[in-house]
Amino acid sequence: MPKPPRSPSAPPQSFLWTRRVVLTFLTAFALLPVYVMVSSSVKPLQDVSGKFQWIPSGLTIRPYFDIWNTVPLARYFLNSLIVAGAATVLSVVIAVFAAYAVSRYRFHGRRVFTITVLSTQMFPGILFLLPLFLIFVNIGNSTGIALYGSRGGLILTYLTFSLPFSIWMLIGYFDSIPRDLDEAAMVDGCGPLGALFRVVVPAAVPGIVAVAVYAFMTAWGEVLFASVMTNDVTRTLSVGLKGYATQNDVYWNQVMAASLVVSVPVVAGFLLLQRYLVAGLTAGAVK
Amino acid sequence: MTTVAPGRTDRADSGAGSGKGDARRRLPRIPDRIRHGGLPYLLLLPAVVLELLVHLIPMVMGIVMSFRRLTQFYIRNWGEAPWAALDNYKVAVDFDAPIGQALLHSFYVTCLFTVFAVGLSWLFGVGAAIMMQENFRGRGFLRAVFLTPYALPVYAAVITWAFMFQRDNGLINHVLHDQLGLTDQPSFWLIGDNSFIALVVVAVWKSWPFAFLIVMAGLQNIPRELYEAAAIDGAGVWQQIRKITLPSLRPVNQVLVLVLFLWTFNDFNTPYVLFGRAAPEAADLISVHIYQSSFVAWNFGSGSAMSVLLLLFLLLVTAVHLLLTSRGRRGADA
Repeated sequence: MPKPPRSPSAPPQSFLWTRRVVLTFLTAFALLPVYVMVSSSVKPLQDVSGKFQWIPSGLTIRPYFDIWNTVPLARYFLNSLIVAGAATVLSVVIAVFAAYAVSRYRFHGRRVFTITVLSTQMFPGILFLLPLFLIFVNIGNSTGIALYGSRGGLILTYLTFSLPFSIWMLIGYFDSIPRDLDEAAMVDGCGPLGALFRVVVPAAVPGIVAVAVYAFMTAWGEVLFASVMTNDVTRTLSVGLKGYATQNDVYWNQVMAASLVVSVPVVAGFLLLQRYLVAGLTAGAVK
Repeated sequence: MTTVAPGRTDRADSGAGSGKGDARRRLPRIPDRIRHGGLPYLLLLPAVVLELLVHLIPMVMGIVMSFRRLTQFYIRNWGEAPWAALDNYKVAVDFDAPIGQALLHSFYVTCLFTVFAVGLSWLFGVGAAIMMQENFRGRGFLRAVFLTPYALPVYAAVITWAFMFQRDNGLINHVLHDQLGLTDQPSFWLIGDNSFIALVVVAVWKSWPFAFLIVMAGLQNIPRELYEAAAIDGAGVWQQIRKITLPSLRPVNQVLVLVLFLWTFNDFNTPYVLFGRAAPEAADLISVHIYQSSFVAWNFGSGSAMSVLLLLFLLLVTAVHLLLTSRGRRGADA
């Protein structure tokens, strides 16, 4: 990301020193837990149970094998993958249609729709959790459809945050794509949907990627709904990681190894796609 | 990074359908669009159905629930729960009784927590973004480093912090007590008064990268010529930051602080993962408090009443914020 220097003159020593101090402090602050996570994940159990040691006394990769047996981590992983993936796909696809309508058409109710979508983003999750919980339980009782505890139910609840965010960001992104492009396509014989899929969506790929990354990350890290709406079979990683704490002992080395394992996919994806995310976040509304 | 589309604030306006410049630009095309008749509604249909399903119906239900005596006995059929009129609200705001007192305390803790967490996150984010505005070696690497806390899944990161805050085998006590000798004995961080500090530290760690991200993007919209002109006039780097960078960031900051406020105030993940189901009194954030009174004490009625009160408070703050910032903007335009 090349960017022209801010000022043509060389910055003074006072600035350079402040910069060094500030950036060093923030680097240490940002990376300290990462260091703890990585180093503790290769320590033997007696090391993580005793006093903290900066340098592990012995290295072991045992925790990386044990994590899969202490708790059904693979199942939690799969659940998280299904739930976060489905919530992401669902909200992005629906948001593409909605954002296209809002961005390209003037119609009655447009303002009401956008304001509603925007305002739901500020509501605390706890506000929706109670009623959704009761709705799911009641639907289960009256129709036998088990939403409570199911992955489908959890996916639905994840739309409470991923859908408004996706719609809102994509409206911003579609607005930044010149209208002339899709209008030209329509003149050339595309229908409105043809224009959407052949012109607008391809042009908005960075924005769509950004929205998808964000939605996936948020769903992958979600704790509140997951802690209420799942059972033993559908539990996701965010709740399942608690299983490493037993009555007597916490297997901290396994907790750290598991944390690292569940972090690597999202961190890698994020760092790969962060350009899109930054561009998307700033081109659309901040959120 | 691709270029930043101009005018985040413009877009927020046009999204709400009030952008004047926008309307003028698009007006001539409206008749074209109207001929498409139902198409926009068709495109919106899935979104509207789902919004109804996950937002509007639950919200209406939540409000109805808050007027009922909804305990665990009525979970299977909440429609039969006895009417409570305003009782749940009365209990929630009766600050002489235990429930109201606890709610007030939790509200107070949340406000204090939000002030510290948002303030520090903003400070770190702005500081880092300004220090990295200019290109230097290792800048791209540092950027990735700074964004790592933002990318890590919340629970994995917060569990790591919980480990670091352990009394006997945590890093924090090892450094503070064993290595620096600052405390007489190892402190408890996850219970008692210290838990507030632990919570703020983790929250700041988690959210300052977002501030950094947004401010960094905002800095790119400041025209270079401003700095060049200032440099020619003899302004040093510090003066440029004070006179150009910070004032130019005002609109970005206004949105950023609001978003940080809403996230922090509503935060559930951090305290829940750090402390478990019941947070220590000193760190009893309102989300966890409501969760606790609903799903642990099994009183959904009063939990809903508390949620509605929380919502009203957030609406009030947002309205005041919008009023203040739009007045500021109008003043700047004039």
